[in-house]
Amino acid sequence: MEIDRADGRTANQLRPLACSRGILNRAHGSASWSQGETRVLAAVYGPKAGTKKNENPEKACIEVIWKPKTGQIGKLEKEFETILKRTLQSICLLHVHPNTTTSIIIQVVNDDGALLSCATNAACAALVDAGIPLKHLAVAICCSLEKSGNVLLDPNKLEEQTMKAFVDLVFPNSIQSVIPKGSSEVGGESIEDGIITSVTHGVISVEDYLLCIERGQAASEKLSDFLRRSLQSQAPN
Amino acid sequence: MCWALGFSLGYLLCFDICQRRICGSVHQRVRLVSMASASGSDFSSEMEVDAFRRLFPLHFHERHLLESIRPDGRPLRKARDTTVALGAVTSANGSALAKIGCTTMLAAIKLEVMTPAVESPDEGCIAIDFHMPPICSPIVRPGRPAEVAPVVAKQLSDTILSSGMVGLKELSLVSGKAAWMAYLDIYCLDADGSLFDAALLSAVAALSHLQIPIVSLNEEGRVVLCSEDSEGEKFAKVPVNKEKRKLTLNTIPFSLTCVLHKNYILADPTAEEESIMDTLLTVVLDSSSQLVSLYKPGGPALAHTSVIQDCVALTRQRRKEVQKVLDEAISDMEVD
Repeated sequence: MEIDRADGRTANQLRPLACSRGILNRAHGSASWSQGETRVLAAVYGPKAGTKKNENPEKACIEVIWKPKTGQIGKLEKEFETILKRTLQSICLLHVHPNTTTSIIIQVVNDDGALLSCATNAACAALVDAGIPLKHLAVAICCSLEKSGNVLLDPNKLEEQTMKAFVDLVFPNSIQSVIPKGSSEVGGESIEDGIITSVTHGVISVEDYLLCIERGQAASEKLSDFLRRSLQSQAPN
Repeated sequence: MCWALGFSLGYLLCFDICQRRICGSVHQRVRLVSMASASGSDFSSEMEVDAFRRLFPLHFHERHLLESIRPDGRPLRKARDTTVALGAVTSANGSALAKIGCTTMLAAIKLEVMTPAVESPDEGCIAIDFHMPPICSPIVRPGRPAEVAPVVAKQLSDTILSSGMVGLKELSLVSGKAAWMAYLDIYCLDADGSLFDAALLSAVAALSHLQIPIVSLNEEGRVVLCSEDSEGEKFAKVPVNKEKRKLTLNTIPFSLTCVLHKNYILADPTAEEESIMDTLLTVVLDSSSQLVSLYKPGGPALAHTSVIQDCVALTRQRRKEVQKVLDEAISDMEVD
């Protein structure tokens, strides 16, 4: 199944990944994540004392501030903030630091498609850099669906515009732990099979959606390997 | 209602901690809940139901889920009663009031003539906005907009525009010169969970109620409204859109929000359920069962493929129910 993509990739090929941590001096944790030309900078401040209004003080509060490359934030950015906030809430151990707020600032450096996935990965790396207690890591992947029904992973801006639909998925990182395999399974399904976040744009059939999940899952293993390696290589001794 | 339960040692132990809980430590409370469930006993035997509900909301709901029933008496996968009333706002071109349980949404459409954009000369435009005034919920404060309002607005306009429900070409009047600008505003009057579902239903109902006014071109080539009473004197002018008084809706998207908690799927949650078990999954299907949107923003429970298929099946079922409610509302309107 050879598909010619404008940049010469195969359908399941991701763009070159790059991740660096601890690049900001004042932030408690920071990371830069790039997928091809898309690049996002994430900074984490916190845990700071107190929670915002309407938040449960018995848990840690996560706050996401999205800064676009240019201009004011609009509805799209607000939506990204909410999705990212709820995604990160689900991977953080919120009971460890109750009544605190952790702010994650996302600065878009360049948008060339798959922006939300890129930001999720950057935020996750920044949370690790800040030492915020996490249940597990999360890896995000963007799948797009051509009109002919082919699934292309990690689309760039040009591809995103010509696609029938695209799906942003966040999967939990495959866990390497001392717990024997199988004990973490819920009803015969391992944690890695589950989806933390799913956002779709455009009309697709249910079968195509499930195909996107399958492809995304396969790619998320590679992504989580990359994330783990880059976190280990930069870990202080 | 009070659950009969034996007076066990575990209960006494828990009671001791309960006394200390007043100090307000979170850890104690966490331990308390886990102990209460571990010992197989809890305060539900001695405490009033309302107090138990407030102090241990999660435990309260889980006790219900074990019995396959929800606090409001519904089975787990049943949605609340849904009603639609068309034409609730007489000054608007199209309007509808939708209720799902207590969640109430008022949608109204106002049409204005505008000059279409250069890149799409024969297309009109729909601007969708979602408002949450302070009347709808205690968490909305006057002065500052609710956090969820712009998110729901974005979701709504994504869903309505990407589903291809309304052909924007139908909103064109004179190619390159004039087209309709439809302002679709949805007001939340009572926010009791499943906001998106109710908002989408009211928006769809308002669009199917939309009456496009007759317009004509005057001498200067401008578009003017033909008012009903002055029809006789302006008879000379030819109406531009005599036959296009209603929009044809190509497909109608319907949605269902489910709460995922452990292995349970709860359809159409109330605000209380949403806040306690905070994994939401919204499925939007169109008339041909295509997936318009599958929206799951985070949450502690993971969505496995089987869960997704269950939710899609529930949405299919729900779509039939809602379609029936909407059809009835439309036929009632035509009778009047």
